Amino acid sequence: MSNVPETAVDSGPGGPHGESVIEVADLVVRYGAATALQGVSFSVGPGEAVALVGPNGAGKSTLVNALSGIVRPASGTIRIRGRLAHVPEGRQLFGELSVEDNLLIGAWGRSDRDPAPVYAVLPELRGLARRKAAALSGGQQQMVAIGRALMARPDVIAVDELSLGLAPKVVTGLAAHLRALNAERGTAVLLIEQNARLAFDLCSRAYVLEAGRMVVSGACEELARSNEVARAYLGGGTGEEP
Amino acid sequence: MTQFLMFLVNGIAIGCGFALVGSGLVAVYRITGVVNFAQGMFAVVAALSATSFVALGIWHGVAELMAVLVGGFAGLATGVVAVGRRGTQPLTALLVTLAVGFLAYAIEVLVWGDQPRSLPGLDGRAALLGVPVQRQYLLVIAVTAVVFVLLWLFFARTYLGKALTACASNPYAARVVGIDVTRMAFIAFALGGVLGGVAGVLVAPLRPISFDSDVSLIVGGFAAAIFGGLTRPMMALAGGVLLGITEVMIRAYGDASYGTVGALVFLIAIMIWQSARRPTLHKEAV
Repeated sequence: MSNVPETAVDSGPGGPHGESVIEVADLVVRYGAATALQGVSFSVGPGEAVALVGPNGAGKSTLVNALSGIVRPASGTIRIRGRLAHVPEGRQLFGELSVEDNLLIGAWGRSDRDPAPVYAVLPELRGLARRKAAALSGGQQQMVAIGRALMARPDVIAVDELSLGLAPKVVTGLAAHLRALNAERGTAVLLIEQNARLAFDLCSRAYVLEAGRMVVSGACEELARSNEVARAYLGGGTGEEP
Repeated sequence: MTQFLMFLVNGIAIGCGFALVGSGLVAVYRITGVVNFAQGMFAVVAALSATSFVALGIWHGVAELMAVLVGGFAGLATGVVAVGRRGTQPLTALLVTLAVGFLAYAIEVLVWGDQPRSLPGLDGRAALLGVPVQRQYLLVIAVTAVVFVLLWLFFARTYLGKALTACASNPYAARVVGIDVTRMAFIAFALGGVLGGVAGVLVAPLRPISFDSDVSLIVGGFAAAIFGGLTRPMMALAGGVLLGITEVMIRAYGDASYGTVGALVFLIAIMIWQSARRPTLHKEAV
């Protein structure tokens, strides 16, 4: 896949409409002499669910870290309209704090810190409120990480590796929560995933990032039919040309 | 028995001084990962400031409070120099705190001279369970107890305290949720300065303080902080008190010249025993 030129397959019916909540143009990120992202451009429309797929080391986490201001780009532009919340890879909870305290810290900088709306979306968290985050299972921790991000009342939520290290059944449950959040509350979702099957199932559009470059983008249905994408990320070809 | 109880109270009071310095080290280390070698300096600056404020005619109590604020400011200034530049590694910051400590020597000698200065404390003795104890020792113990309760309430009950704990627990995640970790590090240094300042104004009436008194304070404080793994304030309190009691008992019943060394050896022995009993924990990389 690394030698595939950047191609817009089709934005499809689920494509961006109105002003994008995330708009990235020609983004370059360097770590010393190493270039992690080279001229990356993409967008996420309001209420849209977009996947960012790619292998390990492609620069996916660097991209989302740049979006949330943790990594400083060398050049390029990032425009975020509204609030972006970030669910980092590996959950990254505050293990010493309780679940509720983790949620409250998610509302840092806000005067409204009522976790009730988050409990309404993720009711399982209410029963875990007093438990220490470090004592939870991986699936529960991922739910807390999503809840913590939701405490920022985001317009777009960037979830980095939702499925990492979790059982398929747990991932299905979490994906259902994200789908409901996107469909019922209109929160845009940027799903950064190695598991392309999950990403294509959950999102309407996807971008494929390889070696720091955006190599393919388009509607998930179209991408899933692409031989090259299917071979690289879905465990086999479809017999059709992209 | 009366004498033993008297030595015990004296030891607890001296240990409280170590614990306050140690808790300042813990506050800074927990949040920033930096071992702050300027921690003893905060106590010295506060103690010397208090002597100046009292000499200016400022009321006792107010003078000590102002001196504690000076300690807090010294902590904040040290934090800005040590970790103000984004990306500064803890080891680099440690060296900076060491340099700040030496620079402070020059400033202290310029302002207060190189002779030890004393601060008047509470006079007289009070009877505790029938044992006559210096009032200043009781004040040290009482203030330390209040400070540690406040410290616990701050970290366990306040939003800012929880945010500081969050920074200590996972700095990357703290940045993800929008916490300015550098600003939190400044708060930690200021808190360390305040705790060092409290130690300084409490200890100054018990022993004369000069510009280089930070060495003896930091040695005891560091031992107390290490006892708590540099991360647990309450264990630092326990370590400090244990150190103080051991030191006073060795001085009282053994050879006075081995008081500090004997106490440190005892504390190190306990720490070795503790670490042998605990399984090794590997912190997950952030």
